Amino acid sequence: MAGHDSTTRKLGKLLGVASLGLGAPMLIKPERVSQAAGVDDSASSVPVIRMVGVRELGHAAGLLLGSSRWAWTRVAGDAMDLAVLGRAARERDGNRRKRALLAAAAVLGITTLDAYTALRTRRAKTGTKSADALRLQASVTISQDPETVYRFWRDLSHLPTFMYHLQSVEVMDERLSHWVANAPLRKQVEWDAEITADVASERLAWRSADGSDIPNSGEVRFAPAPGNRGTEVRVQLEYQPPGGRAGKVVAKLLGEEPEQQIRDDLRRLKQVLETGEVVLSDGSPAGTAARQQLKQRPAQPLPTTDKS
Amino acid sequence: MRANCWMGTKKVEVLEVPDPKILSSQDAIIKVTSTAICGSDLHLYDGYMPTMKRGDVIGHEFMGEVVEVGSGVRRVAVGDRVVVPFPIACGACWACERGLVSVCENSNPNAGMAEKVLGHSPCGIFGYSHMLGGYAGGQAEYVRVPFADVGPLKIEDDLPDEQVLFLSDILPTGYMGAELCDIKPGDVVAVWGAGPVGQFAMASAYLLGAEKVIAIDRFDYRLDIAATTGAMPLNYEHTNVLEELKELTAGRGPDACIDAVGMEGHHSSTALHTYDKVKQTTRLETERPHALREAILACRNGGTVSVIGVYGGMLDKFPMGAVVNRSLTIKAGQCHVHRYMRPLLDRIRNGEIDPSFVITHRMSLDEAPEGFDIFVNKEDSCNKIVLTP
Ligand SMILES: NC(=O)c1ccc[n+]([C@@H]2O[C@H](COP(=O)([O-])OP(=O)(O)OC[C@H]3O[C@@H](n4cnc5c(N)ncnc54)[C@H](O)[C@@H]3O)[C@@H](O)[C@H]2O)c1
Ligand SMILES: [Zn+2]
Ligand SMILES: [Zn+2]
Repeated sequence: MAGHDSTTRKLGKLLGVASLGLGAPMLIKPERVSQAAGVDDSASSVPVIRMVGVRELGHAAGLLLGSSRWAWTRVAGDAMDLAVLGRAARERDGNRRKRALLAAAAVLGITTLDAYTALRTRRAKTGTKSADALRLQASVTISQDPETVYRFWRDLSHLPTFMYHLQSVEVMDERLSHWVANAPLRKQVEWDAEITADVASERLAWRSADGSDIPNSGEVRFAPAPGNRGTEVRVQLEYQPPGGRAGKVVAKLLGEEPEQQIRDDLRRLKQVLETGEVVLSDGSPAGTAARQQLKQRPAQPLPTTDKS
Repeated sequence: MRANCWMGTKKVEVLEVPDPKILSSQDAIIKVTSTAICGSDLHLYDGYMPTMKRGDVIGHEFMGEVVEVGSGVRRVAVGDRVVVPFPIACGACWACERGLVSVCENSNPNAGMAEKVLGHSPCGIFGYSHMLGGYAGGQAEYVRVPFADVGPLKIEDDLPDEQVLFLSDILPTGYMGAELCDIKPGDVVAVWGAGPVGQFAMASAYLLGAEKVIAIDRFDYRLDIAATTGAMPLNYEHTNVLEELKELTAGRGPDACIDAVGMEGHHSSTALHTYDKVKQTTRLETERPHALREAILACRNGGTVSVIGVYGGMLDKFPMGAVVNRSLTIKAGQCHVHRYMRPLLDRIRNGEIDPSFVITHRMSLDEAPEGFDIFVNKEDSCNKIVLTP
């Protein structure tokens, strides 16, 4: 079950509450609603509005209890309402016509948000999953030439300064290194890795040694950015734990939003290469980190007892 | 130290919080001598800015004395008197190199949060939500200032705080609002919002050669202050703004329109005001863009709409038809303060502008909650409040 991002989920819940707010009066006081929409002159308006009310409560239930994907049912409902109100306005004049048009305008406003939310549910995705591997990718542009960026990365012991899930990378020789990662729920995960491709200023690839707990591989490409804007850095990481538990294992290693984590890693790489340091604030005293962003401390200076 | 903290919607409190410390070699600690309340702070106060947290130290307009610097700081030293620009900028990224400091690519550690709402992340800002960095702000006795070699402007002569404090935000903001209009001789410029930002936009429009500037608001006391810049006041509760602007320009419409109101606009038609207020309260839209809609409709064909009022997310009923069919240009931005500070300091020194004309209230930092209350309700003819710790 690919979950939607938190904004989409929030929008979904919000629309759910709105549906509840719209639906309830339609069931309790359909006459009032009919008057406001300028259709109180039609005998069928009250039963129709009651039906719409029932439909709104259906949207509410779907959105509040189920997935944001229920926003699509709202889009369909909006289209219906717009058609009805449009006809109502065409057939009326004076004050009633004005009220029907106003109601239609209001519905149109809501439709935009409904459609936006619904579309987001389609777009949300996290990583590409094949049967038993998880591939993550991210990219960033850095105002330094490819050689500088490559050289920084090529010294693998630098990786933990911007890849927060790594505790250390010990370089053994030109090809071999030993990686230690923090795994929040377990003690630590370690593996040996070897460099499998190395083209100066262009490309670097590595792979964990056979028999690692979490078989993984990675590749980073460096290319000059157009218009003298430095270097385009593109990273791809692949995890192939045995038994198809890729999603689970990676979530433990990288958190709930692994792709966001990789993007944050690259953001820190950019900060380090452009400004010399990882950028810190009071709310994020450890710097850019997906996990941190969810649990912000207030934007107040740290108490002195804390080590900074 | 004492600091003004956001404690929830319509609630700020001056509390005892820890003193800031150097976190990075490029930081400085400033002892604040003057700080101000900005219209932007009202968006936080009224609860319309997402990602605020109880206890956040707010405030982004401040100046003071450097009391500590990190090991890597070269251009300011302990004892220097400085004004600090509200956008935090690294000075090294692609955007900073081009002077677009308010979209610095490195200064927002919470860029991932901002991306979700805004697509890409702008810079970090002092005391202005977690989405914009989670930095403690300047309505406090002390502030940690990152990238101290990039932002703070040294004030080496004896100009009083009140004349230079607004270099931190609203004077450059108003100036940029006018600069975005690309003013040509003969141009008529209309400014929505006769608050301090609008008032500086009006003064700047004249500095940049506008023929006539029109000030639009509903508070006569603010329009009176605006009139001291030479602007012609228009109270939108007493006239129909669109008609009046057509009349004043013999049908053309103003050559440029500046929105210095932002997301909490007010509308004289109760129905329309209620429509947006309800949607904003239920978070179905985040803005009440009355001034912006009107500015777009008023602007002459082929003219420019400059948006310096702050918006936070999504808005409804945007007159895109007018923009496209009438070839309008919309320009906007959080102010790129750094690039205007020095030239504007020169103008202050030369006596071309004395920014202290906007100040109506001087209070102590401890009185900040009372200050927010009168500023948000526009009571006691409040135009701009300066706080001293
Ligand atoms: N872009 C930037 O970098 C930047 C910097 C500082 C402030 N701002 C923004 O500028 C805006 C103004 O700031 P301020 O300090 O002057 O605030 P303020 O609250 O003192 O002034 C706003 C004024 O707008 C008026 N107004 C409201 N609705 C109006 C309407 N429909 N038509 C005309 N006027 C209307 C109000 O009566 C008030 O006088 C705010 O949105 C603030 O966030 C932007
Ligand atoms: Zn401000
Ligand atoms: Zn920068």
